[in-house]
Amino acid sequence: MRDVAVIGMGITKFGELWRSPLRDLHAEAVADCLADAGIERRQVQSAWIGCMSSGLFNGQEHLASILTDYAGLAGIAATRVESACASGGAAFRAAWLEVASGASDYVLATGVEKMNDGADATYCLSTAADQEYEVYHGVTFPGLYAMIAKAHMHKWGTTREQLADVAVKNHRHGALNPKAQFPQEITRATVLGAVMVASPLGLFDCSPVSDGAAAVLLAPVEVARALGKPVVRILGSGHATDTIALHDRADVSRIPVVQAAARRAFAMAGVGPRDIDLVEVHDCFTIAELVCLEELGFFEPGKAAAATSAGETALGGRIPVNTSGGLKSKGHPVGATGIAQIAELYEQLTGKAGKRQVKDARRGLAQNMGGSGGSCTVHILEVSR
Amino acid sequence: MISPRYHREIPQRYRLEAGRCADCGEIHFPPRAVCRKCGARESTTVVLPNRGKVVTCTVVDIPPAEFDDQKPYVNAIVELENGVRLTCMVAEAPPDAVDIGTEVELIFRRLRCGREWEVLQYGYKARVV
Repeated sequence: MRDVAVIGMGITKFGELWRSPLRDLHAEAVADCLADAGIERRQVQSAWIGCMSSGLFNGQEHLASILTDYAGLAGIAATRVESACASGGAAFRAAWLEVASGASDYVLATGVEKMNDGADATYCLSTAADQEYEVYHGVTFPGLYAMIAKAHMHKWGTTREQLADVAVKNHRHGALNPKAQFPQEITRATVLGAVMVASPLGLFDCSPVSDGAAAVLLAPVEVARALGKPVVRILGSGHATDTIALHDRADVSRIPVVQAAARRAFAMAGVGPRDIDLVEVHDCFTIAELVCLEELGFFEPGKAAAATSAGETALGGRIPVNTSGGLKSKGHPVGATGIAQIAELYEQLTGKAGKRQVKDARRGLAQNMGGSGGSCTVHILEVSR
Repeated sequence: MISPRYHREIPQRYRLEAGRCADCGEIHFPPRAVCRKCGARESTTVVLPNRGKVVTCTVVDIPPAEFDDQKPYVNAIVELENGVRLTCMVAEAPPDAVDIGTEVELIFRRLRCGREWEVLQYGYKARVV
């Protein structure tokens, strides 16, 4: 297999973008990405499009056609990839495989979701859980993560205050990100005083309903070198699945699919958690950030909460987590999230992250997760200058 | 929900029918075409015990639209006496009466009315013992 690099990124503003249709959000991200890479449209051979549920959110399927058409790319090969909230990560992996295999040289990995378009977002998202044996009984996504949180609190003594500190930290990071949906700093009191969604998770423990798109362009490492820019190589890619129903997993305080994907990515990369300078994790809920950090191996089980409250995962801390603001503050247009994470790593590793720049960042890890942990991708990127 | 889809799951929702793998004995709820443990395709029907304990739970304050008339309600993962786990609502108890370890039994209840052209939807809920 060939070594593959990310050679450009584009990302739209995330938020409630009532005037922007799905097709234009995607086209904007692609245009920004190609301009950033310095690559002509006619050079792009293929696109992998991550999107969870345009059929339910917008009544629109067949994204391979409509989104390439409106991006000015009609004619290329394109495929829509769906793995719930891990759709973006799965699209990125597919694009990596296409370039690594030698089949194509310039391949786009994109992600998009337009969740504010009239549909019941809680219902649309719930289709990522077991329709007949979870959703039928009134379960929601906040409810599933609340049950994980309850079990984690019971086992490790994790507190609501510690969960709140995840949201406070991510909003502090997001306040430095011009693309973030909610770039406002918040306090513990904001989180703890918010309306309950599914106890112990309140409104500020939950990522928002968002519109947005992101795109990255992949090419062989030789092509990246010829462009004369820092080379951001894909060092490791891991992908795993688990049972769709939370109740079918032995320990509901854990999300084992994350560990499974991480082991594959670390094994391929030949590095471990200590070799990573920054992390983007899938903080769809505050509890998810803590559990994912533990599954990824950055902290022992039960230790991520205290470390977060001590500032270890903040900008300037030992291992900065979600410098973009994470799903919580930056926003979570579900199909776009996995690509937006890669875009953040690319900006950080090429030294273009502005006020949220991690000094001398050399290796970054992105973890993108579907459902209550039914699927997960982990990617490790490394820059060489 | 259309009636053929509803009808299909009645043995599980009304009678707690599970499948036991004919080869390795693994119990699946709902029954599966292929055993998750050994891959065998033959299974027999067994009925689940209706007593168990709460593994984890939550109080849902903001439900999907079709459950709005029942909020707030408790959702729980229940481990039955034979080790099988399932997700359900806990009925007939104030939310703070349910916690990890609470002993419950499964009962037959209406779960939701659905939209006016849909069938009424029944199944199991848990009740604190």
